[in-house]
Amino acid sequence: MAYNHKVELSKPERFAPGQRLCAGCGAGIACRAIMRALDEGDKAVVCNATGCLEVSSFTYPCTSWEDSYIHAAFENAPAVCGGVEAAYNVLRRKGQLDETYKFICIGGDGGTYDIGFQSLSGAMERGHDMVYFCYDNEAYMNTGIQRSSSTPRFANATTTPVGSVSTGKKQDKKDLTAIMAAHHIPYVAQTTFLGNFKDLHEKAHRAIYTPGPAFVNVMAPCPRGWQYPAELLPQICKMAVETCVWPLYEVVEGRWILNYVPKKKLPVEEFLKLQGRFKHCFKPGNEWTIESAQKYVDEKWEQLQERCASN
Amino acid sequence: MSIRERLSGNEAVAYAMRQINPDVFAAFPITPSTEIPQYFAQYVANGQVDTEYVTVESEHSSMSTCIGASAAGCRAVTATSSAGLAFMYEVLYVAASSRLPITLACVNRTLTGPININNDHSDSMGARDSGWIQIYAENNQEAYDNYLQAMRISETPDVRLPIMVCQDGFITSHAVENILLEEDAAVKAFVGEYHPEHALMGRDHPLAVGPYDNSPYCMEHKVQQAEAMKNAKRAILDVAADFEKTFGRKYGFFEEYRMEDAEVALVLIGSTAGTAKACIDSLRNQGIKAGLVKVRVFRPFPFEEIAAALSHVKAVAVMDKSEGYSAAGGPLFAEVRSACYDLPNPPKMIDVVYGLAGRDCAVQDVERVYRYLLKIVETGEVGPRYIHMGQRSAREEVLGNGL
Amino acid sequence: MSIIHAKDINEKTPWQGLTPGGEIYEGGTSKLTLTGQWRVNRPTWNSALCRQCLLCAPFCPDSSIPVKEGKRLDFDLDHCKGCGICAKVCPFKAIRMEQEVHQ
Repeated sequence: MAYNHKVELSKPERFAPGQRLCAGCGAGIACRAIMRALDEGDKAVVCNATGCLEVSSFTYPCTSWEDSYIHAAFENAPAVCGGVEAAYNVLRRKGQLDETYKFICIGGDGGTYDIGFQSLSGAMERGHDMVYFCYDNEAYMNTGIQRSSSTPRFANATTTPVGSVSTGKKQDKKDLTAIMAAHHIPYVAQTTFLGNFKDLHEKAHRAIYTPGPAFVNVMAPCPRGWQYPAELLPQICKMAVETCVWPLYEVVEGRWILNYVPKKKLPVEEFLKLQGRFKHCFKPGNEWTIESAQKYVDEKWEQLQERCASN
Repeated sequence: MSIRERLSGNEAVAYAMRQINPDVFAAFPITPSTEIPQYFAQYVANGQVDTEYVTVESEHSSMSTCIGASAAGCRAVTATSSAGLAFMYEVLYVAASSRLPITLACVNRTLTGPININNDHSDSMGARDSGWIQIYAENNQEAYDNYLQAMRISETPDVRLPIMVCQDGFITSHAVENILLEEDAAVKAFVGEYHPEHALMGRDHPLAVGPYDNSPYCMEHKVQQAEAMKNAKRAILDVAADFEKTFGRKYGFFEEYRMEDAEVALVLIGSTAGTAKACIDSLRNQGIKAGLVKVRVFRPFPFEEIAAALSHVKAVAVMDKSEGYSAAGGPLFAEVRSACYDLPNPPKMIDVVYGLAGRDCAVQDVERVYRYLLKIVETGEVGPRYIHMGQRSAREEVLGNGL
Repeated sequence: MSIIHAKDINEKTPWQGLTPGGEIYEGGTSKLTLTGQWRVNRPTWNSALCRQCLLCAPFCPDSSIPVKEGKRLDFDLDHCKGCGICAKVCPFKAIRMEQEVHQ
């Protein structure tokens, strides 16, 4: 079952056009890829946290989802999804439902790393047969680019603005993928948009078809929030991976697997310099911010390699 | 044939749940409702129900789980109290606006803070405008009977609203009293099956729930919801009529106790009704025309009906078992007084806030209220309209107990 | 009971004509929203230069590069917002961005 992207892209589209996301939004790319990972003919229910994606993809009376969809609130998509999955189990048990369904939960980093974290942790611990996809654009974009716990250090966000005594966000990005791995669920992965989408597709497919809970973290750049021309998205994703800012890895039944090791790990500037939110890091006197960012990435990369090697 | 038993209010509700065999139960403990999920867990462990029992990590998630399950076409239930209900606050509104007929057993406990586990109605009163139907019980029998009627009311196609079945924490939930239970088969036949027209799964078309609702549509959806709450009045009476026909016990929006010729009356909710009835019987023996309106249905509020019931009364004390901090009285007072505004000769009316955080209310306390109403009738002077009763005080209180 | 369809719901529909709770009983109704009107830049596809590698299609956030049986078709300009990602990822310069002229 080798990945054939021409075959995959020829499947019927499950995330319809006409959604109201910004031009070039990573969330739209993520949703298309996630829904494409469902085998053709398989049914799914999508549960969505409040956020850019929700307000844009189900604006009454227009839904972009070809599948059943439910949104309730910002912080509770995993619990709602767990409720749908519970319903599925009992309806099947009572013989009131013949078809099989997959349960896909989607939220941004605000709904996932922060306000919905308890709900996510609870649902994963309970073992619902569902996948949680985070489209991680590293800030609360729907309300106007406020920092989240996913925002990287030094990013200029509207609640961590750069100023005469500030170089942006003070804290490092929360390592949510590792935190989800610590839940000891069957499948955890981290990915983004690259080339022919093999990495994202295979991870999404595996996550959807692994029995039990799974978590996939998809870096999904936001042109408005990250301050770059929309067409640069593929380059930014590529640089995130080549600098090891966003390594591609998965944790399968507790085994850590590194999916890609750059031939030559690029300096972190290659990722930062493409984005206006890090513009101040390149001003004279702020060299230390880049050094500090590099040190952080190096340490995390080292740690990840050790984890993957110790399997 | 009804079965004679002795059960607490919590046991009675759990028993009703087992008989109904709901599809999904989202469980999280909080005093004093904890026993309900505990009893139910044992039914699950014993294989007595088909229910998917989801042990969530918070009340917020229990309501969220119910939302998912209900949208999927299932009967979804939960139980909670106090801070648990408050933690659900946002999603209570979502359940109602998404028109999901979820059933919540609310075992009333005072709302933090300060933290206290005893009974008053501040938890469910805080949720009175969330779009949920609210039905209150005086005792274990009513808690059981209300629960058996709840799903049929909330699932009525032109209603489709979630329902809260309330009983007083500890006083009703933990006190063991005689009760008449109905046979499993009779309960199942009465409650019936639930197969909604639309659901997330198993229909020939997908369903999308919970849109971003722009201004051109959102008010219209809220008006639909308001109309559904009006429709609930008819559904409540229809279901009550069928309940009486089936099981012989009669219910309405409220119970009138010796109101035909009453000159002074109380309006209150819940277990204090039993205390008030004992007081009324003793006052009646002394020739005092005392009566009681015990509110069963608070949402939808029986506006015209309550006004009619009070139209001939000279003085009324509304007994609020929750403090609204409005500086003008509790929530029940605001509703009842407003309902009586259109009467040609409205009764004199005061609000007595009592029983907060489990403060006892005995027969002699209720009697003091009646005697105070008699004084109002006699003098024609109402005096203060917003009175607290039962608290210690360094000054002389209107309804002080003379300590 | 007949189902209310999204296409029949508009800003003049009275409350009695809307779906309860804002439910929608069909998929993909967002196609009714012509987001192509937002476009500032317009992609043009040169089928002669295109080698059908399909690297552009998955990057489109707006599901506006239809693919049939392994081959891409022309853009869905009713919905393409003109972000320009497709032009950037095309290895064969088969997609060009030009300034949009709206009627």
